[in-house]
Amino acid sequence: MSGGFLAQYGGEVAELTMEHVWLTAAAMLFATLIAVPVGIWLTRSPRWARPVIGVANILETIPSLAMFGFLLPLPWLGERAARIAIVALTAYALLPILRNTYAGIRSIDPAILEVARALGLTGTQQLFKVELPLAASFILAGLRTATVTCVGIATIAAAVGAGGLGELIFRGVASVDNRLVLAGAVPAALLALAADGLLGLAERWFRVPTQ
Amino acid sequence: MRAAIEFRNVCFAISQGRLLLRDISLSVEDGTTTAILGRSGSGKSTLLRTVNRLIEPTGGEVRVQGRQTRGADVIALRRGIGYVIQETGLFPHFTVERNVGLVLEAMGRPRAEREQRNCELLAMVGLDPDEFARRYPHQLSGGQRQRVGLARALAAEPEILLMDEPFGALDPLTRAEMQDMLRNLLARLRKTVLLVTHDLDEALYLGDRIVLLSEGAVAAYMTPAEFVHSPQPEVENYVRAFHRGERSAEQEREA
Repeated sequence: MSGGFLAQYGGEVAELTMEHVWLTAAAMLFATLIAVPVGIWLTRSPRWARPVIGVANILETIPSLAMFGFLLPLPWLGERAARIAIVALTAYALLPILRNTYAGIRSIDPAILEVARALGLTGTQQLFKVELPLAASFILAGLRTATVTCVGIATIAAAVGAGGLGELIFRGVASVDNRLVLAGAVPAALLALAADGLLGLAERWFRVPTQ
Repeated sequence: MRAAIEFRNVCFAISQGRLLLRDISLSVEDGTTTAILGRSGSGKSTLLRTVNRLIEPTGGEVRVQGRQTRGADVIALRRGIGYVIQETGLFPHFTVERNVGLVLEAMGRPRAEREQRNCELLAMVGLDPDEFARRYPHQLSGGQRQRVGLARALAAEPEILLMDEPFGALDPLTRAEMQDMLRNLLARLRKTVLLVTHDLDEALYLGDRIVLLSEGAVAAYMTPAEFVHSPQPEVENYVRAFHRGERSAEQEREA
């Protein structure tokens, strides 16, 4: 890339990167707020686990372009492209977080949970002092998968005008300018790698020490 | 003598209708240790778990210090009863001191009080607080882990202690050490203890009374001295089966 290109597009790349981060972060926040409590609830009512995780699975299989298209005509959502993007990304992020929250809590040694009950911990104390800390690295692993996926899918949000780094990619494709495509794709890839690395560190930090 | 724990016609049936406990009536005296023997599946652990309501009996009632457990505040009940299980009972993500202090933490006691109590408790079970307080369970030996488990069970000064094969996973030497430690401790603290074990020697060494369960029913309830000399067939069988290994070793020596 020449210096001229950077001078011309540098500011825009930075702006779109911030937009990209914001779309992904908002979606991750919503997905976590939904999927973690639902995952916890499923460990209490395991007979719902299959249908609920099944629905999340189906959401995951909808092609992203189609998902953005479906949401476009919806009343309040369709008014602002960012809303559509955030809802769609949230839907994609649900499955990994939900599945890992459920699996993480279910994988805890039942003897440990029994002791927590036997010592007289209340339900809330069992959840916050024992179950969530012991499942934390699992949940973070789900968050990590979801984030990396969403950083990628967020590039497609530009198709409905939600902004983000996809805008450069789409523009580059339309004008057959590979420099523009790369100006969108490279920062998106770096974002994914950074998110992967950071959440990987967090995951290791919360891993329960064993032999 | 006041009964610390009383089982009145306790039954427990699982969904297929199989009875795990059949009409158990026992009265456990305050300040005594009762060893519960029986083969695997005889209902030993099930009976133990009815006391702190990890299991709700499907018939009959359990009374703790004269009060019915059914309908009582289950959290308060459990905080007043220490519980020790085999090997796996420590929280792997907490240090030794947090494990020991967890019940007091759950009760909302201030940190200073907890720290002081942790030191007392660790010293009581023979662990130097300076050396062990900040370690994690995976950094301890099996015997040390069981000591921490015992300290945790004693933290809220419960009058009753439930122990489910506490030393079952330990090697014979460590087990003997732990049995001595527990015996000395109980001589000082005067707790009412229900001790589930496979080990007849452990039952005889620690128990003031011995209960033999067979297929979910009480086959015998007697003192250790009565137990070893009992002509009752179930008891004789149990004692004979347990000593078979020793006897064959003896015979070899004589031959």
